[in-house]
Amino acid sequence: MEINISNLKKIYGDQIVLNNLELDIKGVHSLVIIGPSGGGKSTLLRILAGLEIPEEGNIIINNRPLSFKEADLHNYRKTIGMVFQAFNLFPHLSAMNNITLPLEKVHKIKKAEANLRAKTLLNRFQLGEHGHKYPSQLSGGQQQRVAIARAVALDSQFLLLDEPTSALDPALTSEVLDSILELKKEKKDLILVTHEMGFAKNVADYILFIDGGRVVEAGEAASLFSNPQTLELKNFLGKTLKY
Amino acid sequence: MKIKDLFYAKDDTFNITLSAKIVNTTLIFIIAIIFWNYAFSRLNYESQGLSVFLEFKYKFIFGFFITIMISIFSLICSLIIGSLLAMGQKSNFLPLHYFTKIFIEMIRGTPLIVQIYLFFYVVGTALDINNRYVMGVLIMATFSGAYVAEIIRGGIDSIDKTQIESAKALGFTNFQKYRYVILPQVIKRVMPPLAGQFASLIKDSSLLSIIAVNEFTKNVQEVDSITFTPIENYAVLAVGYILLTYPISHLSKKLEKRFSYGD
Repeated sequence: MEINISNLKKIYGDQIVLNNLELDIKGVHSLVIIGPSGGGKSTLLRILAGLEIPEEGNIIINNRPLSFKEADLHNYRKTIGMVFQAFNLFPHLSAMNNITLPLEKVHKIKKAEANLRAKTLLNRFQLGEHGHKYPSQLSGGQQQRVAIARAVALDSQFLLLDEPTSALDPALTSEVLDSILELKKEKKDLILVTHEMGFAKNVADYILFIDGGRVVEAGEAASLFSNPQTLELKNFLGKTLKY
Repeated sequence: MKIKDLFYAKDDTFNITLSAKIVNTTLIFIIAIIFWNYAFSRLNYESQGLSVFLEFKYKFIFGFFITIMISIFSLICSLIIGSLLAMGQKSNFLPLHYFTKIFIEMIRGTPLIVQIYLFFYVVGTALDINNRYVMGVLIMATFSGAYVAEIIRGGIDSIDKTQIESAKALGFTNFQKYRYVILPQVIKRVMPPLAGQFASLIKDSSLLSIIAVNEFTKNVQEVDSITFTPIENYAVLAVGYILLTYPISHLSKKLEKRFSYGD
């Protein structure tokens, strides 16, 4: 995917969350965003998901400029897949119907084909026998995998994952990370915000370190972790890898 | 089975055996009968038994039927009015938002008896609606609708924000978001308070007797003015209303289970 962001600014009240953020990446399949809490990484992801409107700035994704008019944003949202931290799934629908509902209602896909697509994906994420269960009958890890399957089913231009494991305990985290790694292997384009540094290193083609509303440092995963250039990233890695 | 198991629930899930259910309900009924027997015995009241009921049974049954009809229509109208008011509260058009807010506060904050007089004699006359039954249904529906609106609004507010965001991120339109994501979840949550509200509506309809709507309470009062046997007559009233309200609370528990989706 290609993303070009210039001069992006987002303000909540009197707090500047994104401060003239600039980004220019090309030919990247998996982009991972790291950084301290409150640094603006989730906000950037939510803008890319079409859920927030920035005060200023331009975004061009895969050669198409992003328009922030509600009607255009609505059409844009249909082309992306988003996974939130938690409570993604609709509790009144089975895992299967959670996947097929947007396919049938938003993308107007026939029921039979939507069911087939959902079944295939559930099998792929080792959820084959859980399709009929409601979210409350699934573990947190299984729920997140269904949420990922739902986002993948949309055949979106890319996936956005906002700290998909931060609400899970460590034992369940790994099964979700396995699913994401699987997507990376297929060269599915994805943007991931995470606090799991080890995983970030594994899954990322390219890493952004965001702090204070700006991209402080960016680069290939291997070099960024082994040889951080800025003091901020050194401090951040020092803290996160300390224990 | 030990005697203790008949009288104590094992834990707070209240999985109670059938025999314990029967023993305990019977016990409560026996205690109630003893209590009322004692109370009446102190009263020196000469009971006419069922003779009054049998003599005037057509009048009782007619009133009961009218109350059922008024309740059914009021119930349907109050759901419609309540939903509209809830939507008005959620509207971003401020005059509508404030109108519904103030309207609901007024209705909930004043006694039903005042509303019945005011709507019937002032609004009804102004709008040339002379039919007591139509006005009765409209008044009950408006009164109950204000409560229904608050129940629905509370239900919508209790839906997690992430659910709404998920729907938005998946590309649902505003209508689809309500139709497929919010409403199915709201229905489950509002079922118990709504059942309570409908039971109240049925009982409150007895107040329509003051504008001479010929419903259950009014008929019973008329019989009473002939026979002067208030205890027998009001006992019929009590049993009649219980026959109407108990199925509602029972049905609501059934529906709640049906909407429990796995938890």
